Amino acid sequence: MNLLTVSGSPHVYTEESVSKIMYGVLFSLIPAALVSFYFFGLAAIMVTLTAIVSCMFFEFIIQKYLIKGPVTIFDGSAVITGALLAFIVPASLPLWMVVIGSLVSIGMAKMTFGGLGKNIFNPALVGRVFLMISFPVEMNMYPKPTSFSTQLTDIITGPTPLAVVKEGVAQGEKVSDLLPEVPEYVSLLMGNMGGSVGEISALAILLGGIYMLIRKIITWEIPASYLGSVMILAGILWMIDPEIYVDPLFHLITGGLMLGAIYMATDMVTSPMSRWGMIVYGIGCGFLTIVIRIFGAYPEGVAFAILIMNAFVPLINRGFKPKRFGEEVKNG
Amino acid sequence: MKTFKLGGVHPPENKLSQSAAIEVLPLPETVTIPLSQHLGVPANPVVKKGDSVKAGQLIAKGEAFISANIHSSVSGTVQKIDDVVDTSGYRKKAIVIKVEGDIWEDGIDLSKDLVKDISLSPQEIVSRVNEKGIVGMGGATFPSHVKLMVPQGKTADVLIINGVECEPYLTSDHRLMLEKAEEMLVGIQIQMKALNVDRAIIGVENNKPDAIDHLMKLIPEYPGISVEPLKVKYPQGGEKQLIKALVNREVPSGKLPIEVGCVVHNVGTSFAVYEAVQKNKPLVERVVTVTGKGVKEPSNFVARIGTPIANLIEAAGGIPENTGKVINGGPMMGKALSDINAPVTKGTSGILLFPQAETSRKPVHNCIRCGRCASICPMGLEPYLLAVLASHKRFDDCETEKVMDCIECGSCLYICPSGRPLLDQIRVGKNETGKMIRLRNR
Repeated sequence: MNLLTVSGSPHVYTEESVSKIMYGVLFSLIPAALVSFYFFGLAAIMVTLTAIVSCMFFEFIIQKYLIKGPVTIFDGSAVITGALLAFIVPASLPLWMVVIGSLVSIGMAKMTFGGLGKNIFNPALVGRVFLMISFPVEMNMYPKPTSFSTQLTDIITGPTPLAVVKEGVAQGEKVSDLLPEVPEYVSLLMGNMGGSVGEISALAILLGGIYMLIRKIITWEIPASYLGSVMILAGILWMIDPEIYVDPLFHLITGGLMLGAIYMATDMVTSPMSRWGMIVYGIGCGFLTIVIRIFGAYPEGVAFAILIMNAFVPLINRGFKPKRFGEEVKNG
Repeated sequence: MKTFKLGGVHPPENKLSQSAAIEVLPLPETVTIPLSQHLGVPANPVVKKGDSVKAGQLIAKGEAFISANIHSSVSGTVQKIDDVVDTSGYRKKAIVIKVEGDIWEDGIDLSKDLVKDISLSPQEIVSRVNEKGIVGMGGATFPSHVKLMVPQGKTADVLIINGVECEPYLTSDHRLMLEKAEEMLVGIQIQMKALNVDRAIIGVENNKPDAIDHLMKLIPEYPGISVEPLKVKYPQGGEKQLIKALVNREVPSGKLPIEVGCVVHNVGTSFAVYEAVQKNKPLVERVVTVTGKGVKEPSNFVARIGTPIANLIEAAGGIPENTGKVINGGPMMGKALSDINAPVTKGTSGILLFPQAETSRKPVHNCIRCGRCASICPMGLEPYLLAVLASHKRFDDCETEKVMDCIECGSCLYICPSGRPLLDQIRVGKNETGKMIRLRNR
């Protein structure tokens, strides 16, 4: 008889694996990708492909020649970092800048900390913020949506709806006069607006989010508390003066909020572990997003808000433990 | 439908042997009866080499408070008392008896007649349960008479009967509830009398609708006993989880169920109590499921204690060619055997055979901090954190993070997408932290 394997219990394991989770996330991004490819054309496809390929390339180079360890570029995590980085930069961004962003994302934000699972900050967001600070002009020109165009240069650009409202209000204009300058809400929801590659269609992103919820890749706590707190805070301000502060629905469906709340803030590695920790973290993200959007120098605050909250995650994990069994005894 | 609130997982149920009626396994040539088949101090042998014994005769006495008597499961001659590898994989003292015929000790009622009248007083019940070597048959093998004695200052108000059988594959309790329901119900009444409680609840997961229906039909004749179908979720058979599910009470950390007025016994134990009290029969045989996807005839056997596990596998159609792992118990908490000649003991609820292809664990990746282990932990612990603390030897922190509350259900290792050996590391942490606490309390 052959030898028997002796190992500790349990003896059965889920089919779920790191790469299944990662490719599940990637699959859920398809609707958002299709919308952006439609509105921004070939340029969006080029940016996305460049980001994905260069993220995988840099991860390979670093793992193979710097760390000299196992190469894990096919576990899906580098692909996601690439896709998400592409989704939060303008489609008109020169491709060499996309490559630099990928190097920062993978090299600085991920590998420096020890690779998958060890990073403190969301790699794609670090890449975006680096690009924003280094190339402020290119990172602030957003292409106008058209139906599928193959144009790669001299793309017509313009400000995002958030920027229109923010700058208008800063110059003393009324919100009610500014809103006709941006597309209608239904158009905004579909993604027909200027913005980063993959952030434009709240609806497509929501669809991906629902898929991830069903697959249990993400849980409801972070998106709900993030979006909820943005709605509430924006709603309070809006009720104070609707001519200075734009309504909460506008905040919800413009800019990078939906993408941030569903894909960036929920990044497993950089978000808290316990339910209450997640809720506190989501509220923190929402609060900072509104503060930056309304009172900050930038029209958009999602990237900074999430990165700042990333830094608080170890503290949140300490402060918000899951409820232990038998801790507070309620008998009845 | 009721269930426990915190955490839990749903491993594939694979109850292959659920429709196989209980069969009596033929007597083996020799039995090997370990002296430590229960939690607590091993029993002391009262027979010696060459003695002839009858089935049901006391062969080792449990003398400490937490210990249990051991009886011969067969008639024959004591061959030796020696160290033998048991199901734990360690060498432990055991009495080896050569089987000769099947002669039982006088005074044991072997008939199938149901005896309903309980003539013994509560004290007599406890001493009978003690005398007949009854231990918890769900797997933990805690001596049952100890649980039937309510400590001073505490009161029990409800007896909880564990018919959950939440481990995948296992069906021995399921079959027992179908085939020996009346005996089991009388056994429950006996325990209610001993504990002086007027309420007993049998918790059964609703993947056993036939058992629930059968018990529902019988309980009107047994006042005070109710049956509660439970939503399937692992580890509902953990006593703390079961109490929470049935009566919504939470046993405080580090305390026993009696703290919240509950006593938990398994259905198999209830049947054994019936046999001990009404039939004067000691615990010398039990129902064992033999199952696995490659097993020809997944079965449920009544086997004498001490029967080599190999005999059971043989009776279920033989060991499949590609077998790579044999587990004593279920796939979540069972122990992998190194030797299939190890004997069946009082705690052996099932034998599970896995093909070679299913024996290896998943490749280990970095922790991606997905938090699934923490969200499914039925004790509300953070397995990822405990594993790291234990591997860094930070046992003080392990204690603060409640490592001692871990029930080793294995849900964390089951769910981990990175294949991390969470429970392995937590076990080390629990062991060392336990040592540290004991030294401090000395």
